[in-house]
Amino acid sequence: MTQITNLVKSLADRHGRYNESLLPILQGVVDENKFLSEEAMVEIARELDISAARVYGTASFYSFLNTEPMGKHVIRVCKTITCMMHGKNHIIQEIEKTLKIKLGETTHDGKFTLVETNCLGQCHKGPAMLINDTPYTNLTPEKTREILQSFIENEALSSTTNLN
Amino acid sequence: MNKVNLVIDHIEVSVAQGLNILEAAKQLKIRIPTLCYHEDLCVAGNCRVCVVEQVGSDRLLPACATPVAEGMEILTNSLKVRNARKSVIDLLVSEHRAECTRCYKNGECELQSLSSEYLIGEDTYIDLVPLKNYSIDYFSPSIIKDDSKCIRCQRCVRTCDYLQDIGALTVAHKGKDMKISSFFEKPMYEVVCTNCGQCVNRCPTGALIERNYIDEVWTAINDPKKHLVVQTAPAVRIALGEVLGMKPGNIVTGKMVAALRRLGFDSVLDTDFTADLTIIEEGNELLKRLKGALVDNNPDVNLPMTTSCSPGWIKYVEHMYPEYLPNVSTAKSPQQMFGALVKTYYAKKVKIDPENIVSVSIMPCTAKKYEANRPEMQASGYRDVDLVLTTREFARMIKQAGINFEALENEEFDSFMGTSSGAAVIFGASGGVMEAALRTAYEIVTGKEVPFDGLNITPVRGMEEVKEATIKIENTLPDWSFLEGVELKTCVTHSLANAKKVMDSVKKGEAQYHFIEVMACPGGCLGGGGQPIPTNLEIRRERSKAIYQEDAGKPIRKSHENPEVVKLYDEFLKEPLGNKSHELLHTSYVRRNRY
Repeated sequence: MTQITNLVKSLADRHGRYNESLLPILQGVVDENKFLSEEAMVEIARELDISAARVYGTASFYSFLNTEPMGKHVIRVCKTITCMMHGKNHIIQEIEKTLKIKLGETTHDGKFTLVETNCLGQCHKGPAMLINDTPYTNLTPEKTREILQSFIENEALSSTTNLN
Repeated sequence: MNKVNLVIDHIEVSVAQGLNILEAAKQLKIRIPTLCYHEDLCVAGNCRVCVVEQVGSDRLLPACATPVAEGMEILTNSLKVRNARKSVIDLLVSEHRAECTRCYKNGECELQSLSSEYLIGEDTYIDLVPLKNYSIDYFSPSIIKDDSKCIRCQRCVRTCDYLQDIGALTVAHKGKDMKISSFFEKPMYEVVCTNCGQCVNRCPTGALIERNYIDEVWTAINDPKKHLVVQTAPAVRIALGEVLGMKPGNIVTGKMVAALRRLGFDSVLDTDFTADLTIIEEGNELLKRLKGALVDNNPDVNLPMTTSCSPGWIKYVEHMYPEYLPNVSTAKSPQQMFGALVKTYYAKKVKIDPENIVSVSIMPCTAKKYEANRPEMQASGYRDVDLVLTTREFARMIKQAGINFEALENEEFDSFMGTSSGAAVIFGASGGVMEAALRTAYEIVTGKEVPFDGLNITPVRGMEEVKEATIKIENTLPDWSFLEGVELKTCVTHSLANAKKVMDSVKKGEAQYHFIEVMACPGGCLGGGGQPIPTNLEIRRERSKAIYQEDAGKPIRKSHENPEVVKLYDEFLKEPLGNKSHELLHTSYVRRNRY
């Protein structure tokens, strides 16, 4: 059995094999793999005895259930009107410049992905972004650069630790 | 049953509790327009075309999704209702690529007729089609899916999910991006779609249509070098009339044959002939399997055996139950057997080079187009069947040719390969193949006719979801003594949602059958995806009645008594399951992905 088959099986054992088990299983796979591959969706469909298209349809409804490969750290910048008026475009430009990727892209080393997202509920502290599960607010280009730098340094550190 | 009293358009009516407003209005012969609603499907209530006004309430109610209540006062045609409906239709049109004059569904589109009824004029709303990022999927030989014409009513999704339990189509994404999609938006050709065409039968617009081969057939007809042979499936003759101005349930066999000659086919033959042949091959295959299991205790023999006539069912097994492929009869479907014989037996007898023969079939089915295209279907060195037309495409050709169908005199099929038994005719209804097989197999084994009044094996007939019949075999002929006292357990089912139930109970070991008949479409081929639109249970019942009427009126009722089939074995095939049969009339299947 492949790794994904095992993962889906263990998630189904935990959450059950009912219609309502679909979402927690999808979330579980995303937690583990950052995205839902075709193979993962077919396995989930097989495990729950539902159609693969239905798994895909459900996943495609939710912004946080990615159906394309994502980097280790997913940066989601709020695109809605308040953050827009607070200058989210400058924030995005800053991230693009620092990470050398465009909106929607993943860095070559697979560490970062930059996307936009709908309202994060931080309108009073915009512009806001989410890196993985942590919100960052009252962003300025400088502050954004510092946040990214700390992530980049941590990554560099962990790769040297791995080498040792 | 409890009755509910209400007033619809100032008329008092008393209806059964639990009905919705739409059904209540129908009892008063008031038509409320609908789009997403379909009698065969669960209620979705998403299009809002059927809104009505409840006196005293500000909100309009969807008639299809609102149950009747005591004392309700409903207006189905108030100004408020008309304006709301007009806006709804107008909005739907704004996301529909309304290229009506070029559309295949022109004249048969429900959205088109509603916009005509509600006088949708100049564009009130912005045309959303250019912003839709739509795609058109032309890859399947059976079905074309054009998202630009989709109004997202989800009839197709409900058909695929609830009627067929395949779920090849789903609702993907959300809001303005919401669309009807297959797995990962792959072409229909690559996914679990069985090509059954039930979605095509129910799509209110031109978003899902059959891939038509009308021009190809006209071109072949007009090519003097080509010899055109046409075969017609059993279920076509009992439904064709519906598209040509007649009521459901009319048997139009004679007129159909006459029309085909008028269109210019050189030889008008009958798929029913190979339906009889299928029974001989499949019946013998079943007996061989029974012998293998009961006498030789051969562990490689797979029972229950299932029928193989329905190409939708075949593809479904290939995707969803690949471990049961060895249980599917290896006999080709009647269409393919016919095609294989046309390019060999027929060609030789009429002394025409098979190279110059174009083999056309008229089918109640969209999946037959896919079947004819399968790579294995050319054992003779030539394509068994070159072009497949649905009942609807055939009707269109009749109209194009300016033929007054109702006025045609009845004509007879050409001979040979034109004669058939009543057993072949009932292939068009769910239970027909089983009944035909039993009429023949029982007689092979016992030398006597099946013990049913008038050869009518009624337990396998009708629209019940799963039909079971057990036949005790007694007083066998010496060759078949191993079947003495055996209770032959059979099961008949139609529509793939029911087939799934049967297969799951077989898989769990809950059901022990010897022989299972599965037809992918509701009611069997008579409810096929290539049959006239609209379809509903009532219409399918009428078609079914016509089929059994045709059977009862046939001089020969059993496949093995078809003189042309007997002759075919004498002159060409020699014996059932023999070398020639194996080469031309049997096939193999492939495992496919589960999406």
